[in-house]
Amino acid sequence: MRSGATRRSYDGVVACLPVTIPYRRYSTNSAHWWIGRALHEITKRARLRPQDIDGFAVSSFTVGPDTAVGLTQHYGLSPRWLDHIPFGGASGIVALRRAARAVQAGDAEIVACVAGDTNHVESFRKTLSTFSRFAQDAVYPYGAGGANASFALITKNYMNTYGAKREDFAKLCIAQRDNALSIPHAMMKKELTIDEYMSARPIADPIHLFDCVMPCAGAEALLVCGEDTAKSLDQAGVRILSTVERHNAFPTDPMQVRGGWALDVDELWSMAGLTSRDVDFVQTYDDYPVISMMQLEDLGFCAKGEGPDFVRSHTLTNDGTFPHNTSGGQLSVGQAGAAGGFLGLVEAMRQLTSQPLGSQVPDADVCLVSGFGMINYDRGLSSCAAILARAV
Amino acid sequence: MTQPLVRPKRKNPLARTQLPLTPPGVRSRTAHGLTAAAAEGRFALQVCLDCNTVIYPPRDACPSCLSARLPFRDVDREGVLIAETIVHTSTEPYFRERTPWRVGTVKLDAGPMVVAHLHGDAAEGARVRLELKLDKSGAAVALALPERDTESMADDPHLREMTCDPKFRRVLITDGRTPVGQAMAKAFSDAGASIVFTGIADPWKPFPGLDSLRKIERVEIVPLDVTDTESVTEQAEQNGARIDIVVNTAEHVRAGGVVHRRGLTIAREEMDVRYLGLLRLAQAFGPILRFRGADGVNSAVAFVNLLSVHALMNWPAYGSYSATEAACLSAAQCMRAELRPGGVKVLNVFFGPLETEWFQTVPPPKVAPETLANAVVRALRQGLEDVFVGDVAEDIRQRLAINPKALEREMAG
Amino acid sequence: MQIDLLAFARAVANGDIRVIDLTQTLTQEFPTIVLPPELGQCAPFRMEEVSRYDERGPAWYWNNISLGEHTGTHFDAPIHWISGKDLPSNAVDTIDVAKFIAPASVIDCSRECAANPDFALTIPFVEQWEERNGKIEPGSWVLLRTDWSKRTYPDYVGLRHDGAHTPGPEPAVVKWLVEQRDVHGLGTETIGTDFGQGQHFNPPYPAHFYMHGKGRFGLQCLTNLDLLPPKGAVIIAAPLKIKQGSGSPLRVLALVARGDA
Repeated sequence: MRSGATRRSYDGVVACLPVTIPYRRYSTNSAHWWIGRALHEITKRARLRPQDIDGFAVSSFTVGPDTAVGLTQHYGLSPRWLDHIPFGGASGIVALRRAARAVQAGDAEIVACVAGDTNHVESFRKTLSTFSRFAQDAVYPYGAGGANASFALITKNYMNTYGAKREDFAKLCIAQRDNALSIPHAMMKKELTIDEYMSARPIADPIHLFDCVMPCAGAEALLVCGEDTAKSLDQAGVRILSTVERHNAFPTDPMQVRGGWALDVDELWSMAGLTSRDVDFVQTYDDYPVISMMQLEDLGFCAKGEGPDFVRSHTLTNDGTFPHNTSGGQLSVGQAGAAGGFLGLVEAMRQLTSQPLGSQVPDADVCLVSGFGMINYDRGLSSCAAILARAV
Repeated sequence: MTQPLVRPKRKNPLARTQLPLTPPGVRSRTAHGLTAAAAEGRFALQVCLDCNTVIYPPRDACPSCLSARLPFRDVDREGVLIAETIVHTSTEPYFRERTPWRVGTVKLDAGPMVVAHLHGDAAEGARVRLELKLDKSGAAVALALPERDTESMADDPHLREMTCDPKFRRVLITDGRTPVGQAMAKAFSDAGASIVFTGIADPWKPFPGLDSLRKIERVEIVPLDVTDTESVTEQAEQNGARIDIVVNTAEHVRAGGVVHRRGLTIAREEMDVRYLGLLRLAQAFGPILRFRGADGVNSAVAFVNLLSVHALMNWPAYGSYSATEAACLSAAQCMRAELRPGGVKVLNVFFGPLETEWFQTVPPPKVAPETLANAVVRALRQGLEDVFVGDVAEDIRQRLAINPKALEREMAG
Repeated sequence: MQIDLLAFARAVANGDIRVIDLTQTLTQEFPTIVLPPELGQCAPFRMEEVSRYDERGPAWYWNNISLGEHTGTHFDAPIHWISGKDLPSNAVDTIDVAKFIAPASVIDCSRECAANPDFALTIPFVEQWEERNGKIEPGSWVLLRTDWSKRTYPDYVGLRHDGAHTPGPEPAVVKWLVEQRDVHGLGTETIGTDFGQGQHFNPPYPAHFYMHGKGRFGLQCLTNLDLLPPKGAVIIAAPLKIKQGSGSPLRVLALVARGDA
């Protein structure tokens, strides 16, 4: 930071009330319906009326032509703080950052942060074709492989540069699948073997079927409020020790081998007063296993290029040496559009309040959650991370 | 190594014809600066006038200094192919039926990273050169070619899809009575066209060159009079389904102006031969060309208009002629939009005075019929849309871009 | 004298008077006269369909046509040539309509033309015909039967590197036919009433020069002249009534009494 000033802590603010609306592969309902389900769940569990929600942050790819404003009238909300956060996989942590500061400043008391998307049969194609101006002009006309083709190029380059093998990515995916087996609404319900992974059909070389998330419909949500407010709502809160956010980091890197976390990693740990050894489990944004590996490197668990080695020398299941994507990540649970950017955050909150949907990570006290997204042209632009802790 | 094309077998008459699809063709307005470059065969990217940064993808503010002065300029097209992938599945029907499809990221020596289609001989890690090509949607795309030409490289499926190569295709030259028409027939025969239909009107009226025309390999003379609707319709009915490229060589050149003329008979003939002739050809051949835009190796692929450059700026000494050519240019622009859904290109080839009899008294430089014909073949091989042949045409193009009003005065002499 | 026109009509209806069509069909393929390219050209026949029981006109079929005054089988009026430009009643709309019906003398030179496309009709040739068939009556059409209409293109047009080679009259015979025989006009099967290489005669194009100069008419691109008797046929040739027209395409009919041809 230019000024050398330290970042303000998040003392007094908590994240609580993790909500997941179980995913469905295809849905004829609108995104408005899915987001509405999540809001409804929040009001039911917290025994609130819609009017009690005075802050609202929403993320969705399929809620058009509405943005957050249209949704206030749609749902009967009258918030005094409103944000629309279209950052894909970075939406969750960014919503958390925005909402936390609003609560701290007294601009809002109870902020609902919601991400929800529907998945019609033509949703995927339509989303791809209008994703960004650079995608329209300079990516989509080239094979229209979507993010799969773009990340295939990133994966290929990473493998060429650092010697990563498909087997290394396999280990990541297989461990995540193990973690997902106890999640009822996971799209992928069977164990994944190394043979299945290696012989899966190619999507865009070197990416094969099990390197890709399954798009689906669903919603994830949480509440951000003061510690006292959480208690009064009878909700277990999770503390926020530190957060970072960055967009379009390292624009002169020819191809993406690192994300913005590499720029902000020191601030992330020093704000929390912790090191990477203090973390009990990690949620990375796993649109593709190569990005998870980059996060492990850029967030300080190993040096750049040592991601493959790190994965080889750890077990990433919930009962392993390095529990990672403990509900299976998007690769096993599915990607419900922007809700994928909330998935890790909501799972971290469940583990840190001992109310998991699946298996509980032992000694789950501190979690690092990472977000990433928005492949605008040839690289993901947005990166963010948060270190969360169990309430004392 | 590119697998050389083999001459396609006869089409099974009972098989359904593959219908044309187009790749995504939506582009921002600024990105169409690439389309303009691709149409002429240039490689141009935005270059910031204030800090000299070469910029890609196209945009509206410099990513180095935020300047808005970002004109498109010809830049070095060489670079290195950093990474490639083969797309196996796509949600876009056009690509879905053409997978596996190679794309890659090229680091240009000039600076930017460019996601590009890959020629089969462009290898990961090796040096490549980029071309801007118009794909079947009519918008520009980048294609990485190997650094040096390789054998049979025009036969690469990606490249052939973006070009209008006459090799193994059937061509119709609409008027073989003139030196231009005859040079065109020879050029297409030499370029490997499998049939060169050559239209002759008024068979009872002799013309020079008929014997040589008959001797050109794979030329088939057919009756065709572009001033006769029935004649054009009949030709399309008989041969339309096996014509992949139409080259309209029907010409009508007379000196004379608009005020400086007595009577309208010459103007009527001009318009009938050139403008209405074009409309007849468009109506008769347009639908079948469009229908066959994806019909195999010898798919329908182009309609070529030979236009005076004075379609763009009237030359009063040939003023009525210029006006007629302008009408043809506008019609060709309409045809471009109408044929695009079939992936069929309309190539406009502009030239100044020709070395032909009706330009006899015009001083050089003039364009010889052979030069024009070779330029047409070359432009089709490159998949271009707007080509200027000869010094005069190029000069007019440049002056038009700088100050059309000055050019208007200069053309009047 | 009582003339029974109804009897005439009955005779036509029952075939006692045969009606022979001397007209070529107007088609796009039919050749026109070709002049040096710097000069104005005769428009060829063209048709554009307006509708054909379709969305452009559901219950009808019709065409717009375009053609010149001298396209296909056509009539030349005196005003067509410089030598006749100042004569009274010299355009198709001002010629006395009685002149559109006239007898014909048909001079057969088909055998000579078969051997020689540059056959030129001379006074002696006509005098020999008169010895066999009697003098040409004043006010008669002189129709040159060359059988040229049976030829296929391009022979019919006969264009070579130095122009057309088709049969036609010498200057002297045209002058003689006008001055000594007071003919109505000259009709031919070829394109044009003049000899193909007529530009080299003195005067050039004498059929046009002399005929029109003396207010006489021309008919060209005729056919079926081989079905006519040397004398006795009556020609109906009425051009369109075009304002100050120099000629027009028309239907040329020959009436021939049964037993005459």
